[in-house]
Amino acid sequence: MKNFLAKINNSKYFDGFMPVLAALSALAIGAVMLLFLGVNPLVAYRAMWVGAFGSSNALAETIVKAVPLLLIGLGICISFRAKVINIGGEGQMIIGALAATAFGLYVPEMPGWLVIAMAMVAGFFGGAFWGAIPGFLKAYFNVNEILSTVMMNAIAVQLMNFFLRGPMIDPNQAELLSKIPQTARLPEAYHLARWLPTRLHAGVIIAVVLAFVVYLLLFHTTLGYRIRAVGFNPDASRYGGIRVRRQVVIALLLSGAFAGLAGAIQIYGLNYRMITDGSPTGFTGSAGFNGIVTALFGGLHPLGAIPASFFFGALLVGANSMQRISQVPSAFVIALNGLVVIFVVSSALWQEARQRKRRIAEVRDDSPPPSEPDQATQDVSV
Amino acid sequence: MSDVQSISFERQRIEHLELKNITKRFPGVLANAHVDFDVRAGEVHALLGENGAGKSTLMKILYGLYHPDEGEIFINGSPVRIASPNDAINLGIGMIHQHFMLVDSLTVAENIALGLPSSRGLLTDLDVVSARTEMLAKKYGLLVDPGAYIWQLAVGQRQRVEILKALYRGADLLILDEPTAVLTPQEVDEFMETIRQMTEEKHSIIFISHKLHEVIAISQRVTVLRNGRRVDSCPTAGCTKHDLARMMVGQEIVMPKLTTPPKRGEVRLELKNVHAQSDRETPALRGVDLQIFSGEIVGLAGVSGNGQAELAQVVTGLRPATQGQVLIEGRDMTGKLPGEIIRCGLAYIPEERMRDGMVQDFNISENIILRDHNKDPYAKRGFLLHRVIAEFTDRLIDLFHIKTPSRETPARNLSGGNIQKVVLARELSRQPRIIVAAQPSRGLDIGATEYVHNSLLEQREKGAAILLISEDLDEILALSDRVAVVYEGRIMGILDNKDAERERVGLLMAGVHPD
Repeated sequence: MKNFLAKINNSKYFDGFMPVLAALSALAIGAVMLLFLGVNPLVAYRAMWVGAFGSSNALAETIVKAVPLLLIGLGICISFRAKVINIGGEGQMIIGALAATAFGLYVPEMPGWLVIAMAMVAGFFGGAFWGAIPGFLKAYFNVNEILSTVMMNAIAVQLMNFFLRGPMIDPNQAELLSKIPQTARLPEAYHLARWLPTRLHAGVIIAVVLAFVVYLLLFHTTLGYRIRAVGFNPDASRYGGIRVRRQVVIALLLSGAFAGLAGAIQIYGLNYRMITDGSPTGFTGSAGFNGIVTALFGGLHPLGAIPASFFFGALLVGANSMQRISQVPSAFVIALNGLVVIFVVSSALWQEARQRKRRIAEVRDDSPPPSEPDQATQDVSV
Repeated sequence: MSDVQSISFERQRIEHLELKNITKRFPGVLANAHVDFDVRAGEVHALLGENGAGKSTLMKILYGLYHPDEGEIFINGSPVRIASPNDAINLGIGMIHQHFMLVDSLTVAENIALGLPSSRGLLTDLDVVSARTEMLAKKYGLLVDPGAYIWQLAVGQRQRVEILKALYRGADLLILDEPTAVLTPQEVDEFMETIRQMTEEKHSIIFISHKLHEVIAISQRVTVLRNGRRVDSCPTAGCTKHDLARMMVGQEIVMPKLTTPPKRGEVRLELKNVHAQSDRETPALRGVDLQIFSGEIVGLAGVSGNGQAELAQVVTGLRPATQGQVLIEGRDMTGKLPGEIIRCGLAYIPEERMRDGMVQDFNISENIILRDHNKDPYAKRGFLLHRVIAEFTDRLIDLFHIKTPSRETPARNLSGGNIQKVVLARELSRQPRIIVAAQPSRGLDIGATEYVHNSLLEQREKGAAILLISEDLDEILALSDRVAVVYEGRIMGILDNKDAERERVGLLMAGVHPD
């Protein structure tokens, strides 16, 4: 039995379960916090479960929440594989959404499918542009991308506030005193297909298909090869004739493009207009940040990001319903999400340590110490 | 004075420290093999050896940073266990690293106090520290202002702070890891004086260096390491520079012989008055002129750090030339991207093969295509053809006798020799017209070394132009049709194989013209 457990513990496949274990541990600590709040954790987590999976509508909401996480997570897979830390998903998503919305609102009438397709492209390029700027700054001026992408988030938020309160404001809102920062609604013909009566929209298909596309990109194309090579070892990449700086720009550009696409899909699939509440995450709902966690949870593998995004979608939707039903303070829900994030991210470190240990063990088994005759001393007197 | 001593706890002074039979293995590398070393109070014992000879490993073991696989450490005859630098410090061992471990934004006194308990409990006792520091400084001639910030100090002064830090912690034995590498000549003189002071106070000093004249000037005994083994230990008094140099580079493996005269063809690689800077932005190459013909091996001999690494990088496009030209088959390739130079048929076996030659986290297949990943037959329209790549990799694994569980094995799991074989397989299978091989056999065992040598000779037969850069003089002399000697970024001379005697090359390496 002990041997059996040790074997499981040492196997590679166990690594895959570690994020799940980490998430469960976070929920366990959440349970203790719930007890202090005087709430029965079983009741609360049941509410969470039902809220996330309990009905077809709940499931649909979970998936709807998962779509932007998956798309942004895919972009993160690309940039993190190049060792470029993109914290700018928020801003890239906003710019993508702005571009897509503007396209739908201001371009003369065209067939719906064409507008949708071109709006997606607009969102893609909007995000790509917003990602390419820090990418360029990092590659050619050595500006830390963590800093610059965060700054680009702040700029994007203010741009959004400006446009939604000013030039792009809904004409109806402009006449009212309330002046909610939102654009006009997109015409019916431009909406992505939905599975009524739920809010589940066709964006989920786009996202899942793109997950496979990113998988192909990373592991079956020369571009993906270059991106991974640069991430693993820029010196060797340069030696191999790869233009390292260019890959850094491309990685951040693509990463931003996926976030921009997430923004566009959010508009055309869900909101049908761009709307914010004035807070920095008013439009995105922190998807730009949660997407990073999603990607890490999925092991930075595009196909791993699919279940990971589903899990986080469920967590977010379920936590809301838990809050409604068991009346826990909203701060608790935020704390619970934070706990899961911290646990999952730290499990990645643990995973790495385990891999290193395995590697050392493998090497020990593979190569017996070179046996060498002790002849060094003899030849000195030549 | 009593203050200072009160800090050195109630333990014995180190009168005699011995390392016995120390063996340390890293994956694929035998860093130390049954090494003995000892040092007595009041003595400077120099530890001499080439890069990668195992000096640093041995000292890291003594300082508790590594743990030996075999062997023991004795202080005054009784065995001790050194599990961490803390243990080492408590036993009275101090180490001055090549790269200083100081906090720039703190003062000298603050740096010295860092990590020590305060005599006032939770309150700092920096005035006490300053006073003691000044006392120590006066005693050993290590003048620094305890109130000065580290960032204000010159390199030589920072080193004094490091030494003071160790002395303050009661170190009887100091390990100095290439201490003079960063100093100006004047600072070196002052530093030597400090060492003399310390030995007079009965401190033991281990002096790591590969600068022969310093070793001769300062040490009483010298131990030479080569390839992880102790070659010899002897009193410095009886040694000449020459003896030491021979022990350092030494001969170890049977070298192949050039059996056929070179089938010299056209000029493949030409350097005209090439200048380049080092990473520290000091001039590394100052006007190199060199021609390499098809079908010959030109050996570049020289003491480490005379511009060899920079020369290889300039040729391969990894480092810009600040002046001059690099011509490949008559075409000016100066300042071209590495990728463009690769396309001219240049193969490069880099000195830092783990860092430059390999992506450790890639498997063997992925490493094999590092140079040509986007070219036919490995890729079509931007997609990798995994099946073709796999077949090709399997063929190379076979052909080059690479020992690996499979082509899917990550490169980092291979031994040093096999990693070099993967590099060779990749570079030589491209039918290179020019080969730059930098330290191609460093750190390899005998079998792998012979393999590397034979591969190079085979390429010579095939008509490649080969630049062989090595610090192993025997390797150079055995393999080269012509020997070029580099000194301070210039070619001191080029000798034909038959004229290249050890003595002549050695003098040129030291910057002396024999005539």
